Amino acid sequence: MHIIRANQKRFFQLLFLIFILIILVIIPGYVPVYYVSLLLSIFKYTVLTVSWATFCGPTGYISLASAAFLGTGMYVTALIGEKVPLPLVVLFGGLASFLLALLVGLASLRIRGIFFAIFTLGLSEGLRHFINWWEISRVGRQGRWVISAPNTTIFYTMLIILVMTVLASYLIRRSKFGLALRGIGEEEEAANHIGINVNAVKAITFAVTSFWIGATGAIIVTQWSYVDTATAFDVSYSFTPTLMALFGGIGQIYGWVLGSVVFTIITELLLIFPYYYMLIFGSIIISVFLFFPSGLVGVVQKWWKGGLVE
Amino acid sequence: MIVLDVIIAGLLTGGIYALLAAGFSLQYGVSRVLNVSHGEFIMLGAMASYSLYIPFGINPLVSLAIVGPIFFIIGSLINKILFERIRRLAGSMEVFEGWSILVSFGLLFIIQNIALLAWGADERGYTFLAIPINLLGAIFPANRLVALLLAVVIGLSFFFFLVHTRLGKAIRAAAQEETGAQLIGINIHWMHGLCFGFGALLAGLAGVLISTMFTFSPFMGLPYTIIAIIVVVLGGLGNIIGSLVGGLILGLISSIVLHIEPGLELAVLYMLFMLMLLVRPKGIFGK
Repeated sequence: MHIIRANQKRFFQLLFLIFILIILVIIPGYVPVYYVSLLLSIFKYTVLTVSWATFCGPTGYISLASAAFLGTGMYVTALIGEKVPLPLVVLFGGLASFLLALLVGLASLRIRGIFFAIFTLGLSEGLRHFINWWEISRVGRQGRWVISAPNTTIFYTMLIILVMTVLASYLIRRSKFGLALRGIGEEEEAANHIGINVNAVKAITFAVTSFWIGATGAIIVTQWSYVDTATAFDVSYSFTPTLMALFGGIGQIYGWVLGSVVFTIITELLLIFPYYYMLIFGSIIISVFLFFPSGLVGVVQKWWKGGLVE
Repeated sequence: MIVLDVIIAGLLTGGIYALLAAGFSLQYGVSRVLNVSHGEFIMLGAMASYSLYIPFGINPLVSLAIVGPIFFIIGSLINKILFERIRRLAGSMEVFEGWSILVSFGLLFIIQNIALLAWGADERGYTFLAIPINLLGAIFPANRLVALLLAVVIGLSFFFFLVHTRLGKAIRAAAQEETGAQLIGINIHWMHGLCFGFGALLAGLAGVLISTMFTFSPFMGLPYTIIAIIVVVLGGLGNIIGSLVGGLILGLISSIVLHIEPGLELAVLYMLFMLMLLVRPKGIFGK
């Protein structure tokens, strides 16, 4: 009985997801351009958040390197965008981030706790300063022009990356890797002791999740036609995924997605108040911790359970 | 005398670095808040000094005495209203440390926006004691020497406060072992507020000193925060005395790099910082 019900539930969930996907596929033809770019923004942050949380959620490591991976992807497009077809550019953007994350992962994942957070923050800021110095003193310019792609191309590429990110995250969590990650989060010594190659698991997961961030950077930059280090390695990109995941609820994939969708829409709405934007944004960040420490998912669950009891 | 030139310039920068890192280190070491908005307090200090100097003609050296106590009160209030509450909600210390980065990131936005509304986005500055002084063949403006002198005085008096007074010893005890400190009768909640306040005070004073030498804007904060983080990692996270010394060392290094390859100094600091974290995360003075 229970099995049938569980199977039914899963079937309806799948149906619901396919339904949403179909809507997303056909929507650009039916809504104004503004909403398409809003959706693009939502896609971008969802990929960042889901990638971040797939690694950082179960392990408890706080990575502030998302900006480094996104910026790397953007600079790959700036460098080879004119020479190589677009799908390859996106692939290379992802691969560059993958390699960078693998390198960082192998070197730094022995660092734990708060050290990992400041190491990764230093990585993205350091990379920004290094590239900035290189561009000004060696190449002799501050920013770069990039190729621009049609809006629909960007939209569907982002949609594919988003679906792949969520799918990859789902598969990682279901696999032995996911269990190993959770083990690392609960007690790293013990995980090591029962035969999990802790450093390999961490480095590979970190690299795989960073691949999607790099690919996102590579395609999203074609919206802007110009990029410099300040926009590519904007430190906000490192902090927002963390906030969005916590805002939604750190335990579940749907929490991460919900968090990024709601948070992106809120920040978009805040643009109505250009002079108080940062003030309100900062207050929202702090309120998340003061009032929703278990995230939106926690609030909904609490409300749902409370409703059932009464 | 290029060598002397570089060394003196390095000490000048290092004195300021030491001051801003000591405040940051205090806030992390005792209050356990990795305060990303530390640079914002430096910016507020610079802005306050500007607003006291331009319309009222109050000497920045006098502003130090005005800014200090006010920033101390603001800091302890922020700890009381915000971080005390979040410390309770987080439950464990590890969770709180992670959250504190993000909460102070929110604080950064709020403070920056308030400064934008109050002072506008322009780059500002004022001239104060811009008299050239010949120091062993190298020429420096007097304001730099005064700033260095004050940074040294503030740093040293803070050092003696930590080492020789009862309160200072209590602060160091709380930084080393929170539970142990509570066992011997140190009120840890009080310490949290005190140290966050002191951190804000030192940042404010550093801001006033910076404003006498360089131009400043509401966006100047984050780079200073990052420098504080680098210095603190070099001196050992939570080791307050280590960050005073670490500041001087980093000032020297950045001055040397500035001389060899201008524009690369921040990148070199980062590389050093990452290397440090990988090889010796406890800092050069860590045990």
